[in-house]
Amino acid sequence: MTIVLETIELTKRFAGILATNNVSLELTRGSRHALIGPNGAGKTTLINLLTGVQRPTSGRIVFDGEDIGKLSTHERVRRGIVRTFQINQLFSELTPLETIGLAVSERRGQGLDWWRIVGSRPDLVTEAVEILEHFRLTDVIDKRTAILPYGKQRLLEIAVAIACRPRVLLLDEPAAGVPEDERHEILAAVAALPADVTVLLIEHDMDIVFSFADRISVLVNGALFVEGSPEEVARDPRVKAVYLGEELADG
Amino acid sequence: MTTPARLTIVAATEWLSERARWHPLEFLFWIAAFAAIYLMPSRHLILTEIAWLGLFALSLDLILGYAGIISLGHAAFFGLGAYTAALLAKHEIINEPAAALLIAGVAAMALGFLTSFLVLRGSDLTRLMVTLGVALVLRELANRNGWLTGGADGLQGVTIKPLLGTFRFDMFGHTGYIYCLTVLFILFLLARRMVNSPFGLSLLSVKDNPLRASAIGISVDARLVAVYTVAAGYAGIAGALLAQTTAFASLEVFSFDRSADLLLVLIIGGAGYLYGGLIGAIVFKIMQDYLSALTPQYWPFWIGLVLVVIVLVGRDRITSWTAPIRLFAERLNWRALKRRPAASITEEHLS
Repeated sequence: MTIVLETIELTKRFAGILATNNVSLELTRGSRHALIGPNGAGKTTLINLLTGVQRPTSGRIVFDGEDIGKLSTHERVRRGIVRTFQINQLFSELTPLETIGLAVSERRGQGLDWWRIVGSRPDLVTEAVEILEHFRLTDVIDKRTAILPYGKQRLLEIAVAIACRPRVLLLDEPAAGVPEDERHEILAAVAALPADVTVLLIEHDMDIVFSFADRISVLVNGALFVEGSPEEVARDPRVKAVYLGEELADG
Repeated sequence: MTTPARLTIVAATEWLSERARWHPLEFLFWIAAFAAIYLMPSRHLILTEIAWLGLFALSLDLILGYAGIISLGHAAFFGLGAYTAALLAKHEIINEPAAALLIAGVAAMALGFLTSFLVLRGSDLTRLMVTLGVALVLRELANRNGWLTGGADGLQGVTIKPLLGTFRFDMFGHTGYIYCLTVLFILFLLARRMVNSPFGLSLLSVKDNPLRASAIGISVDARLVAVYTVAAGYAGIAGALLAQTTAFASLEVFSFDRSADLLLVLIIGGAGYLYGGLIGAIVFKIMQDYLSALTPQYWPFWIGLVLVVIVLVGRDRITSWTAPIRLFAERLNWRALKRRPAASITEEHLS
């Protein structure tokens, strides 16, 4: 099992708060890895560190044997580390077709073409349409993203990431806020991701986590608490205590 | 993944290139502009001013309307272009105006590139202050270096040689207008091509959501530097056109008023569709001409009033107050034909 992405003693401190505390995480190629933990455990911060949106206070991030800690977000995307956002980050004024077309053209390194009219490369358009069809977005292909139903926007959020051809895909609560009856569409899309893509999934819904993941890491207060196969994590009394404690505190 | 129907791909191609398609009104606009060469010979002086002001506003539209960079110091590039062209002519370094125009544009681009790094970060307010500051610094540099620029008196004794060695600049502005309009038209075509390209689309995406733009692999900073540099070149050429058609350059080319007026011009016309700057320039110059003849000292009052009305009409977004009008115009004629359901477009194409 090759390790494709790993963090080594990664730490992020915000004005006195340890958001990420000495996290050493390994993602093996093609794995379906879930990252769970109570609210405020630092899951999204970890993704921000992995994608370069935030810089770690200390520690290293290694991708394919290369230290990528100094690389900017777009350089990491070019290497294949792609994410989705917990709260939709889409181009509200562009259409899904333009959004996906843009992602495909950037991936192919044609984003600086200034002389060519958008839509003049048939293979690029074909690929964009394929992706949109796959995510059942063809019926809204030419609508402004801002006016799409929330479920469609959520699908587009994943579709954009796929258009970047990720090697490691970081999914930050892909089904967050999606009504129960529309969830299966998102989950089907997640389940149908190519097998060679490594996926790190942040999710609160334990049904989703246990049906999806082959490995689970539990993050508590910024630190890696427990890691193992779903069976091991499910049996672990400490994990139960953390979640039970949270439920009691919430209730 | 399944292979999508050819129908959808053809329709998708149509939709993607839709922004780039020429609108009948656009042809009308340019035909009218060139027809004015013959039809309005007595108005060539003001038309010349409209042409270079339109180009200057087009430059601001490239950064504001397409990349979301607001500037209160765009006169920095305009002024540099004006002085470059005037100095090249005065010292007879380059005698051919069109060649000098190119050099002025390149000089302004260089300044744009260097100062672009100052506008990458920060809010709109930071950008306003930084751009304003750059223009003030340049103005003061020109003021202090009187040996070169003529200081507060302006650069006297500039003689512009005939265009392409043949066409003299006359006092009625005939040559000036044809020259400015041609330059404007060429640069407009280039800009139009650019904003409808994948690069242009990526600028819109950066303006829309920089976080997502970088998350699909776009180097946000590099794109902003690129468009800022290009826009600075456009502004420099606009300044050079002013200097060449008036055979003069003074500190006023760098002034705050000029940058502020420019923002006004673009807001009048509406940002983000390239014609806003041109229409704004026409309206602004005609208003200025008419109102200042009516009330020489108080015309800024009327301009101010118009601005307030425009902003109230536009309410939430001043850059798009023309949107309802444009939408209405589009509904009236061709939009209905164009936005047919996918199937009907594609059947026609495949048959």
